[in-house]
Amino acid sequence: MMAIFRAIWNYRQFIASSVWREFQSRYRASLLGVFWTVAQPLALLLIYTVVFGRVMRPSLPGHEQTPYAFSIYLCAGVIFWTLFAEMLTRLSTVFVDNATLIKKTNFPRVCLPVIATLSALVNFTIIFSLYLAFLILIDHFPGRLLVAVIPVLMLQVLFTLALGIIFGTLNVFFRDIAQFTGVLLQFWFWLTPIVYVINIVPEEYRYWMNFNPIKLLMTAYQEIFLVQAWPNLPSLISLSVGTVLLVFFSALLLLRLEPEMVDEL
Amino acid sequence: MNAIAVNGLGKAYKRYPSRWARIYEWLTGGVSHEKRWALKDISFEVPAGTAFGIIGVNGAGKSTLLKIITGTTPATVGTVDVSGRVAALLELGMGFHPDFTGRENALMSGQLIGLSLTDLKNAMPAIEAFAGIGDFIDQPVRTYSSGMQTRLAFSVATAIRPDILIIDEALSVGDAAFQRKCFQRIEKFKSEGSTLLFVSHDIEAVKRLCDSALFIHDGLVAHKGQARAVCDTYERTLFGGEKFFAEYSLPSSTGNTLKKTDLESDTDIANFPPDCTQIYGNGEAEIIDCWIEDLTAERINLAQAGERINWCYKVRFNIELADPVYSMMVKTRDGHAVFGTDSTTLLMPHRKVAAGDLMTIKFALTPTLIPGNYYFNCGVRRDSAAESEFMSRRVDAAVLRVSGSRTSSAAVGPADLNAEITLL
Repeated sequence: MMAIFRAIWNYRQFIASSVWREFQSRYRASLLGVFWTVAQPLALLLIYTVVFGRVMRPSLPGHEQTPYAFSIYLCAGVIFWTLFAEMLTRLSTVFVDNATLIKKTNFPRVCLPVIATLSALVNFTIIFSLYLAFLILIDHFPGRLLVAVIPVLMLQVLFTLALGIIFGTLNVFFRDIAQFTGVLLQFWFWLTPIVYVINIVPEEYRYWMNFNPIKLLMTAYQEIFLVQAWPNLPSLISLSVGTVLLVFFSALLLLRLEPEMVDEL
Repeated sequence: MNAIAVNGLGKAYKRYPSRWARIYEWLTGGVSHEKRWALKDISFEVPAGTAFGIIGVNGAGKSTLLKIITGTTPATVGTVDVSGRVAALLELGMGFHPDFTGRENALMSGQLIGLSLTDLKNAMPAIEAFAGIGDFIDQPVRTYSSGMQTRLAFSVATAIRPDILIIDEALSVGDAAFQRKCFQRIEKFKSEGSTLLFVSHDIEAVKRLCDSALFIHDGLVAHKGQARAVCDTYERTLFGGEKFFAEYSLPSSTGNTLKKTDLESDTDIANFPPDCTQIYGNGEAEIIDCWIEDLTAERINLAQAGERINWCYKVRFNIELADPVYSMMVKTRDGHAVFGTDSTTLLMPHRKVAAGDLMTIKFALTPTLIPGNYYFNCGVRRDSAAESEFMSRRVDAAVLRVSGSRTSSAAVGPADLNAEITLL
């Protein structure tokens, strides 16, 4: 376990360069360059605010007085969900995608999921900054409460990383996992209150939704950004315990199967 | 001190009867796969600062062995001890991204092989200079020719002298001049104390570079010992085919077939043929005698440069054949082919032979060579459109000591090109 962290530390420069390279490679050969990395998330935010904030004007129960309430709610969910989905998708194929690298060179394999995670976080940072700018613009900035995002985000990244490493490792042996991930994410998205609010879910199902870790995370974000309140601590603590267990399991699985991995790629 | 010590190494790949078998195995803890051994019982040591060759046909297990030594794949049984920093020229240009410049890619792939960014930045001018691709260093790699990519990749991989350098056929790319430059760098590393592990089909290169060698056949050690002797065994199996393995038992894996003698002294010439002569073939013919003679038909092992000699051998045929081909070759002590020819090249008309026939072949030669010892091969082949097979061959069958003559014009190199110098 310590060996994993030491390997990451020793290859920190390589990891940093890889993330930077991946970021650059997306617009290297384009004329407008870095504009495109901002344009896409900007378009997403615009559509959600215009369509749901101005055109459809759905009202959130309890937030009728807040302008753009639904847009704040929706974007908070979508932005953090996108990070989760992007990480999980990339991690589930991270070893298979880098098969040649793994087969030909000897470097700590654990660098690959770390690079994928950091790359996803770069994308997330861009869209999240735009979201914050939007919140300032409509005068709904959460202020000091913003620090509450940090532990929740760390929890989300750890959870996704652990789950992604499990998927990615298993995918080397059973390529079905990557396919399954795509299907899983579709259901998962609609089983999480992102586009809808939990109140519309029939009472008897609401309790069961608390077993969805992503629902717990999304609710926390929505609390911070829309209600501007500290997230519910007990539910996040139980999620933290689960995440730590998952991280250990994923590390064990990776250590156990890593030697066999290269023979299957 | 051993740079590399491999002990009882074996590598088995798991083969499952079906896709579901693995999941069944994981869930029940039972065993349903069978093991396919790619390597078995491999043991050898490479003392620090020496060069070691690994040869074998495709699929013999060479690459697997290298992967285990570099740590890319684990061994199933046995141990590998590697001491020092390893640079592997296995896959040059690994991690190159087409849209990035040569400089950026150099930094990236250097870090991938474990060099630090600081070291790489310091070595950058040297990398640029060695690659010799000029302004292209700041152009995207996709604009490079494949030769340029190889140049850059090699420069990065060898930017900092490793303790152990592993080379796997990588040098077959690039133009001749750059190849020479690569070999110079490898030789320099070796003289500075690096250990070389060299894997190749190129027997000449193995003979030239390596002190000792390992011949792998079907995942097993077929021969281990002095590079020259191992290469000869390999050549013998290459041309003799599988029959060789069936008919002859392989030499012991520990002993050297070549007696360590100093061939510079004349006494060894007198004692020739030494026990390094290799005899093989498919058995359809047999070379029963061979000798070098002068113009008076007296057997010799010493000749003056430029003096006419005859290289003769006697063949007994065991089958009937319309067109046997007779061949010969002269090599230097370190295995370089100096000259080789055969009856096809010399446009000799075919002569039919019957089983039991005895044939004496005489190649008349003028050894315009610089003084030294030269080794003679002789053979009789059966050539078809698809393949050519030695019916019988003797490698290093005779040695000729060429002494200098007053007319010799050569200072270095194996050949005497009869140079004349004039000031105009």
